Amino acid sequence: MSKPYSDIPGTIVFDSDQAAIGYHLNQFCITLRLAHNREAFRADPEGYIDQYPMTPDQREAALNQEWNRLLELGGNIYYTSKLAAYHGINFQQLAGLMTGMGESYRAMMVGGGRSIEGNRFKSEWEDE
Amino acid sequence: MAYISSGVACSHVPALGVASDKGITGDDYYGPIFKGFEFSKEWMAKEKPDVIFLVYNDHCTAFDARVIPTFALGCGTEYVPADEGWGPRPVPVVKGHRQLSAHIAQSLILDEFDITIMNEMEVDHGLTVPMTMMFGQPEAWPCPVVPLAVNVVQYPAPLGRRCFALGKAIRRAIESYGEDLKVCVFGTGGMSHQLQHQRAGLINADWDARFMDLLVNDPDRGSEIEHIEYLREAGSEGIELVMWYVMRGAMNESVEEIHRFYHVPASNTAVGHLILENR
Repeated sequence: MSKPYSDIPGTIVFDSDQAAIGYHLNQFCITLRLAHNREAFRADPEGYIDQYPMTPDQREAALNQEWNRLLELGGNIYYTSKLAAYHGINFQQLAGLMTGMGESYRAMMVGGGRSIEGNRFKSEWEDE
Repeated sequence: MAYISSGVACSHVPALGVASDKGITGDDYYGPIFKGFEFSKEWMAKEKPDVIFLVYNDHCTAFDARVIPTFALGCGTEYVPADEGWGPRPVPVVKGHRQLSAHIAQSLILDEFDITIMNEMEVDHGLTVPMTMMFGQPEAWPCPVVPLAVNVVQYPAPLGRRCFALGKAIRRAIESYGEDLKVCVFGTGGMSHQLQHQRAGLINADWDARFMDLLVNDPDRGSEIEHIEYLREAGSEGIELVMWYVMRGAMNESVEEIHRFYHVPASNTAVGHLILENR
């Protein structure tokens, strides 16, 4: 399958390959949308997550809150954001974590966001 | 006969719903955004559509990874605001228009758009935030809504030109409905934004401005924007802008731009908004 988007830096496009790899991970994350599931997860995180036949890497990344790794392993942001919300992390804080910018991420957004200049191609990041 | 009188394009950033629900729409951060929609609420109060046809995307709320319809048409009598992880938004239940939905579903499929029919569907911020931005906080929404959910979560979303063609078919469907109804079409989502990984926070204001210009004045050309351009220039989540083309396809070739508003940021996103009237 052609993937012309694979040269975009810092971006994991959630295509059908990623969706296939991440299916059980994402289905685990989405259960946390509902309060009774969040309670069950809080009571027994490992027992709860083991209901979902994900890979050991995915399981580890989920339990350790490794947000970029989750995306690389087939997670999608609309799903992983439910796991983040469970930990009290909102979308903007999650972006701060994924970009490694922390609190300064919010200031970047108020200042107009991340510029497109220098951020279109992976080759532009390698030059840095 | 039913007819389409106007179109609205509107971002559906969840933080805007939170701001409205918490009553912080006048603060330094959200104030400029809600000010940009003051005109829109006044316009809407005069426009008084009988029905809203609202194009949006579901964010793994009604559909998780088990089922991913590209186009899903709401055909129910009502749509309940969903719990997205923080409790349901305190907004009115969205009333449907079952007869009109049924007519549109039949018309679209016979017109070769094989949509999915949803008789029951919870709705998330993708639908309720644009309602809030256009109507404020009424006790009940002033008119029924026919929702169309478009998959933009799992790549590929439908192409812009497919969305544009679907909009034209929706117009044919609405205009062949016997009852005299004034319909306003909403296209929601966008504008440039990326929520994920190291490039999160991407905003491309120049591209957004060009996107709106093309949408209004040269939609034949704009609807040909390729997926790779959306992903690269408008961010991985900016691709949801294809949904604006469903709205645009339902409008006349020539439209009048009544209102335009653009602001950066709301949370991670550039907020864009247009009101179009058929000429």
